[in-house]
Amino acid sequence: MRRFLARHTFWAIVIAIAIAIFLWMVFAVWPEWLDNAIGSKKTFVNTFLNGVTLGGLYFLVASGFTLVFGLMRNVNLAHGSMYLLGAYIGYEVADATGSWFFGLAVAFVAIALSGILLQVLIFRKMEGQDLRQTLVTIGISIIAADLMLAIWTGTTYQFAPPEWLFGAAELPVISTIRSNGEAVMIKYPIYRLAVLGVAVAIGIALWIFLNRTKVGAMIRAGVNDRDMLSATGVNVQLVFALVFAIGAGLAGFAGVIGGTALSIAPGEDIRYLLASLIVVIVGGLGSVSGAAIGALLIGLAEQFGLAYFPTYGVVLTFLIMVVVLAVRPQGIMGGRP
Amino acid sequence: MIRRLFKGEISLSDINPAWALLALFLLAYPSFASNFFTFQIGAYSLLLGTVALSLMMLAGYGGMVSLAQLTVAGFAGYLVAIFGDNSVGVMGLGWPWWITVIVAILAAASFSALIGAISVRTEGIYTIMITLAIAVAFFYFVRQNYVIFNGFTGFAGVLPPTVFGVDWRDPVPFYYLSLFIAAFFFCAVLYGARSSFGLSLQAIRDNPRRMRALGYNVTLHRIAAYFLSGLIAGTAGVMLAWFNSRVSPGSVGVDVVIDILVIAVVGGLRHPLGPFIGAIGFVLLENFAIDLIDRERFNTVIGLAFLLAVLFSPDGILGLWDRLRTKLRSSRNARPRSGRAQWEDGSPAPASEES
Amino acid sequence: MLGLGKKLLAAAAIASLAGPAMAQDDTIKMGALATLEGAFTVLGEDGMRGVELALEEHGYMAGGKKIQLITGSSDASPDSAVRAARKLVEQDGVQILVGPLSGSEGLAVKDYAKTQPEVTFLNGSSAAQDTTLREPAENFFRFNTDGAQWMAGLGEYVYNEKGYRKVAVLAEDYSFPYTQVFGFLEPFCRLGGEAPLDARFWVPIGNKDYSSVIASLPDDVDAIYVALGGADAINFLTQYEQAGGDLPLIGGSITVDQTVLGSKGRTRDFVIGTPSAGPISDTWDNPAWNEFVAAYKEQFPDGFPSPSLFAHAYYVNTKAALLALEEVNGDLSDGGAAYREALSNLEFDTPTGPVHLDERRNAVADIFLTEVIEGPEGNLVNKTIEVIPQVDQTLGVSYEEFLAYGQVGRENPTCE
Repeated sequence: MRRFLARHTFWAIVIAIAIAIFLWMVFAVWPEWLDNAIGSKKTFVNTFLNGVTLGGLYFLVASGFTLVFGLMRNVNLAHGSMYLLGAYIGYEVADATGSWFFGLAVAFVAIALSGILLQVLIFRKMEGQDLRQTLVTIGISIIAADLMLAIWTGTTYQFAPPEWLFGAAELPVISTIRSNGEAVMIKYPIYRLAVLGVAVAIGIALWIFLNRTKVGAMIRAGVNDRDMLSATGVNVQLVFALVFAIGAGLAGFAGVIGGTALSIAPGEDIRYLLASLIVVIVGGLGSVSGAAIGALLIGLAEQFGLAYFPTYGVVLTFLIMVVVLAVRPQGIMGGRP
Repeated sequence: MIRRLFKGEISLSDINPAWALLALFLLAYPSFASNFFTFQIGAYSLLLGTVALSLMMLAGYGGMVSLAQLTVAGFAGYLVAIFGDNSVGVMGLGWPWWITVIVAILAAASFSALIGAISVRTEGIYTIMITLAIAVAFFYFVRQNYVIFNGFTGFAGVLPPTVFGVDWRDPVPFYYLSLFIAAFFFCAVLYGARSSFGLSLQAIRDNPRRMRALGYNVTLHRIAAYFLSGLIAGTAGVMLAWFNSRVSPGSVGVDVVIDILVIAVVGGLRHPLGPFIGAIGFVLLENFAIDLIDRERFNTVIGLAFLLAVLFSPDGILGLWDRLRTKLRSSRNARPRSGRAQWEDGSPAPASEES
Repeated sequence: MLGLGKKLLAAAAIASLAGPAMAQDDTIKMGALATLEGAFTVLGEDGMRGVELALEEHGYMAGGKKIQLITGSSDASPDSAVRAARKLVEQDGVQILVGPLSGSEGLAVKDYAKTQPEVTFLNGSSAAQDTTLREPAENFFRFNTDGAQWMAGLGEYVYNEKGYRKVAVLAEDYSFPYTQVFGFLEPFCRLGGEAPLDARFWVPIGNKDYSSVIASLPDDVDAIYVALGGADAINFLTQYEQAGGDLPLIGGSITVDQTVLGSKGRTRDFVIGTPSAGPISDTWDNPAWNEFVAAYKEQFPDGFPSPSLFAHAYYVNTKAALLALEEVNGDLSDGGAAYREALSNLEFDTPTGPVHLDERRNAVADIFLTEVIEGPEGNLVNKTIEVIPQVDQTLGVSYEEFLAYGQVGRENPTCE
């Protein structure tokens, strides 16, 4: 931190000012000219929160994607299908048992198992053939999308989350002062805040797992040098299967979380696949912290795009990707590609 | 072969009889096929095959699997509707058709080069991700942009001109136009693969590091390949817009983007003939699957074909055919020559039968 | 050996490549085109049920001829709809084609119809205005109403009965919602209602996340007019409730229909009282309608609990095709000219009241004004409040006057 301050004094000041302005925009009551310039404060704060919570959701999906790539060089384009399948399975279980949390757990386990199956039955047989593996995942995602459509049809499904997660919370942020002097507070859905909480918790858990456990050390070693790892006597295949299980399970887990925040319908697989792709391209393939930064960036870009220039929202996301690729082809936190 | 053609050293016996037969069949096809088969099966297969050809060229010779080829084609189609005429009342600047077509194709090629410039700085597997992201983003963008691309509705009434008194959208003229374009690019790719550019592209595919050390500008070579493939895809895109007489976000949707990959991979990525074989199979299936099986599960069939090709015959149908032929020949003990080696030296593909 | 094989192969190929097999004299080929793949499969299948229901009623016979049904499928994109239509017409040789399902497909098929003057096209369930309003095709008939007609009576109702004066608009950003918004706002604004341009929100179709839009909704309006369909509607309703929204809603035709009210998940109590309008009403207590629903349920136990507006529209169009065939005794020998004449003059009773065509071959039919209530089993249903009789495409004004309103779009009407 201190070294950063000493080296990049200018940038440190810029960042500090930006943070100060931002905090002021969140907590102060907006003067009229600002209202006129960029619309109501309610819109701004809500959009910001939406961006952050959406970023949380994207992180849940993309972290599994990037984890699998980091270790196995496997670009799993069926990751979106796993998200959708997890959501459907979670829905069925939650619907049958009446327990949302049970549905969440089953979705994680079921998709983790499917991940292990894929790894053991297919990818293991074509190790080192990156392109072929990727093509296989495309084939799987075409078939999976069609079969899911056959089973669950085109209907939209929605979870019933526990009652205490439903509804809106009042935030200690003033939206505007009414003419009678009464302050209007900003309301925000509790569930979305919970999504953010879960994303942060999963992020921390992943960090601890990777940095503080023996298995995590093996995985990190594997990312750096696979051959060396197997030379030390570690059962690489076991580690691979484990990582695939976690990565896939996270996608299924995110399916339930995301399906509850929004809804489950055909086409969501592509949407979340695209989000994961852009998040990891921006953040850096194989880096979990990169996925966090990328997810936050893309989530914010998407929401501010939707709120302030709806038609060009996609372009904003896309531009971020292009700029990152132009300046740093390996992504913000990526190593050498 | 071409060089010898110019020198007048080529004789009839140099032409593989199978190729001559194929050419004859394609030329005579409209005379015995109905309008439907000429237009919707014949011309459409040739055009889809041409788009897939542009992918085959990038993937087969350059090792770059780009999922944005259909997007490039769709972009050209959109430009034809925007600069030329359409019946929607949005854009439609009414430029003369030949300027429109030239601008559309060149712009599409530049767009392709841009995609190349974005993606070639990274290596290998990144390409497929970035191009997929670009394809999906382009789809979402045209669907939401009303000012230029007319959003969800897209453009209708995009028609080819009447030139030399021929309405080029009539099935037979349109078929021959498609055939000419497909054949032209087919030969161009075949010939280009043997040119010094094509050879260095293949060398870059096999070992970019060595080529860089030898002083080749690897990045520039790859971008140029993208530009050339953009010319192919763009031309086919203009034709596709004319074929459908319209272009809309559905024309550049994710499923269609994937279809092109399926066509190229199932057909075979090693030889320019592959994409066309894949396209014919795909178009026949698309049109007649509903009479044979429940159309509902069409995508499962397509996906399975793709998966089987990737898992068991990485060279697609052409590869299968090739293996089969080798087996037949070696069992007959006649000329046991590996088909693969034959392809790599660039001579005509083994599409012949023993007669 | 091989030479013979090749010859055989070529013969077979030529045989199969030759033009459409001609229909036998006692059979008429009818094509039905709907979305049987992709996300709208369920809707397309229900449309097909409507076709089969009508054919079943006639015992697959009309005017003394057997009717052979050939189905075609699109994925809801106009390109695929035209390809499927072309296959049905040019390869299978159908003389009558019923379809397609969605608005942009309808526009594309209408354009294609112009190139096939000998074939008679009847609409499926597509409801875009311009399919028949501007540059109609001589051989394209639509016995169902369009998206603007569906809104008939709603603007007056919320202005007079509900007392709303200022509304916000939330709709998907494409032609069908434009048409609906137009149909709703035109009478509403004529009466003096307001819908400020900066309180109209156009979201991309397929948008899942409405939180930013909800945050931007103004506080000083009386209600929100919502024209979203299917998944989009469900997403909005849930998120609006989650965000603690409390403004009353006004629904487009597919915003609070049975698929939305009956969707899997939470029931949404706060939509009770939401008025809406459309071409059918599930709970209309009318013998003809009840009979239609009973026949549907009996024939398709796996179908929806009640026929959707897609089944209804396909049914009505197929029924019209068959009735006109009866009238000309199944004679299409003059390229169908007499048949199309019969269609143009056809008037018949549908499960939702009488229908006939205007001079551009678009339906004039009854529209249902409904409101969401809590049903006997705690489920939400639409109750019929009023039947608006015989709504025409130009909403009561002359054709020229209606054209002067301009094409539907984000800012039409401006409401100033």
